[in-house]
Amino acid sequence: MDVNRRDFLKTAVAGGGLLLASGALPASASMPRELPPEAVGILYDATLCIGCKSCMVNCKTANSVPGGALYSKGMKEPPYEFTESERIWDAPKDLSGKTLNIIKAYKNGTGEKKDSEVDGYSFLKQHCLHCISPACVSTCPVGALKKDPVSGVVYYLEDRCIGCRYCLLACPFRIPRYEWESASPQVRKCQLCRHRYQEGKYAACCEFCPTGASIFGKVLELRKEAQRRLELKQGSESDFPLQTVDSTDKTTRTVSPYIKRVYGLTEAGGAQYLLLAGVPFEKLGFNKTIDDVFLPELTWAYISKIPAVIAAVLIGGAATWAFTHRKDTNKGE
Amino acid sequence: MIMAIQNHIKMDTPTTRALVFLLIAGGLCAIYRLFFGLGAATNLNDLWPWGIWIGIDVLGGVALAAGGFVIAGAVYILNWKKYKIIVRPALLNAFFGYVVAALSISLDIGRSFRIWHPMVMWQVNSIMFIVAIHVVLYTSTLATESSPMLFEKLGWKRALNIVNKIMVPVVLFGVLLSTLHQSSLGAVYLIAPSKLSPLWYSNALPSLFLISAVMLALSMVSFETILSSRAFHHELPVEVLKGLARGTLIVGGGYLAIKLIDLARGPGIGLALNGSFLSNLWLLEMGVGVALPLILLSFRSIRTDINRIFVVNILVILGVMLNRVNVGIFGVAEYATGAGGDYFPSFIELMVTAAMVAFAVLGFKVCAKYLNLYPETLH
Repeated sequence: MDVNRRDFLKTAVAGGGLLLASGALPASASMPRELPPEAVGILYDATLCIGCKSCMVNCKTANSVPGGALYSKGMKEPPYEFTESERIWDAPKDLSGKTLNIIKAYKNGTGEKKDSEVDGYSFLKQHCLHCISPACVSTCPVGALKKDPVSGVVYYLEDRCIGCRYCLLACPFRIPRYEWESASPQVRKCQLCRHRYQEGKYAACCEFCPTGASIFGKVLELRKEAQRRLELKQGSESDFPLQTVDSTDKTTRTVSPYIKRVYGLTEAGGAQYLLLAGVPFEKLGFNKTIDDVFLPELTWAYISKIPAVIAAVLIGGAATWAFTHRKDTNKGE
Repeated sequence: MIMAIQNHIKMDTPTTRALVFLLIAGGLCAIYRLFFGLGAATNLNDLWPWGIWIGIDVLGGVALAAGGFVIAGAVYILNWKKYKIIVRPALLNAFFGYVVAALSISLDIGRSFRIWHPMVMWQVNSIMFIVAIHVVLYTSTLATESSPMLFEKLGWKRALNIVNKIMVPVVLFGVLLSTLHQSSLGAVYLIAPSKLSPLWYSNALPSLFLISAVMLALSMVSFETILSSRAFHHELPVEVLKGLARGTLIVGGGYLAIKLIDLARGPGIGLALNGSFLSNLWLLEMGVGVALPLILLSFRSIRTDINRIFVVNILVILGVMLNRVNVGIFGVAEYATGAGGDYFPSFIELMVTAAMVAFAVLGFKVCAKYLNLYPETLH
């Protein structure tokens, strides 16, 4: 063994110590754990939704312009998913690389009663929940997914993405989708129409919702509004704001029975898209095994130990080497 | 003398021809994938974002490469001189395992030509970033560790001297990188508790990946030592093989115990016995791939018989490979199919994976033919 024993030991131990000390560095890079106070989001109330899909149509149009979440260079028309040759009806069956927002339907038995689990039907609206501590953001190896520190919007930077699709695996809500058919594909997901804020606009799905089923606003206010609705007496009359939570434009409706739960309040540690419905959420196709924990902390538990492992292996390895080679130190060349 | 030994390897054999054919066919498939995209080339979809290129090529390829750091560490750090005769083939095998993993990741990501992005766009919360850094660093480390064979062949004395001087720190660095990389591949799945079956999901996934990789490493090195000894027509290093078998028994015993405790503390042992497809896969993986080899190795008569060790090695290799496929593919099947997703690898996916195997085998064979893989046998 013709390595200089002392130099090697010094380097290994110093390297180990340095990395142990630098443990504080990555700790500062850990994920957000609190809702930004000015965070914006959406409240969707399935009992107000009539399934007109205006939100889907306008989501696609509004996001197919430069800056939009569906835009690609050279795009001539929005990425429709026609199923018939006449190209009349955009008919997505699920979220996809071309569809960021979808209205789905639940039906049971005779399907007569709206918002009833038995013999009833309900709509549901699926798009990104903009988690408080997003798994997709934490898993992206190149920082192509980010959470805006002010609005809390989870957005995507196309020019960074390498297409590893770890975000697809990580998201418990199955939101990020991939452009499988493209040779230069992007990940597509709802970015809460953040490109429209500068013009004073907000999420297109809320702007074009005629019934107030989707309303945009600050998450703290949306939470209050959701709570207010859960406390309303079934069968009574109440006002529901249209388009935005603080809108003066309201609609008066008879209150339907709600499942006593705000979906998105605690799932995966909480999100900025909140849902109310009359049918249990697992019946509406929502994954019921999502724990109320910040998912990035599950991987952070591993990553935060890496500096200690580096130190232990380098120092332990060097010490072991010194011990096992104590007899042949002076062998020289 | 060197030539006399190495010329036992015949290059023009039916097997080699078949491997070259696979390599060319798979290469064409890879080119097709680059030009026409993942949708055209694979059966992957939004609910099955990862398939066999990740499950077999990357997870399996890296696990099969664990022999490099285990044997190098044993020889250079622990000073277990007995194993020095197998350190070069173990490192070379590891090198090809990592090249296969790196090539597969490059093909699997949607924008292959951005494979370098993680190197400059650090994101330390991401296990994928940790994995990417380690693939690059450790492949370079393995190349350095294996370079003396090449420098000897080329007669580059200066370079050879330099590498030999820094070998111990390089090996220690390699042990460190492998410890982190093997475990981080398990950590990849920590983020998906609602998707990966509780049969495999566990907070201990990183440790389980590392320990099973070490167990696999010992069997894999033994397996290839027996194979190449036959190819080289030189005497089997019986003591080395016995030592490796004993190592497999010890590490495997620990692995089995941790797996059982982990299952019992998590979803309960009953989950593995409920007769479902996944529980049967778990039983196959742990029963035939871990418990059976351990029972066999616990008999001295088996542990010291090379032919029997060879069979046990195959069981262990298949067992750990099945573990990686279970975690990477079957383990998320229940969730994905429940959500309406379906996946079976496409012809192109299968061809590329076959070509990766062919590449590793051929590469190893060419190196074995032209480089001095077993310097110690010459003394």
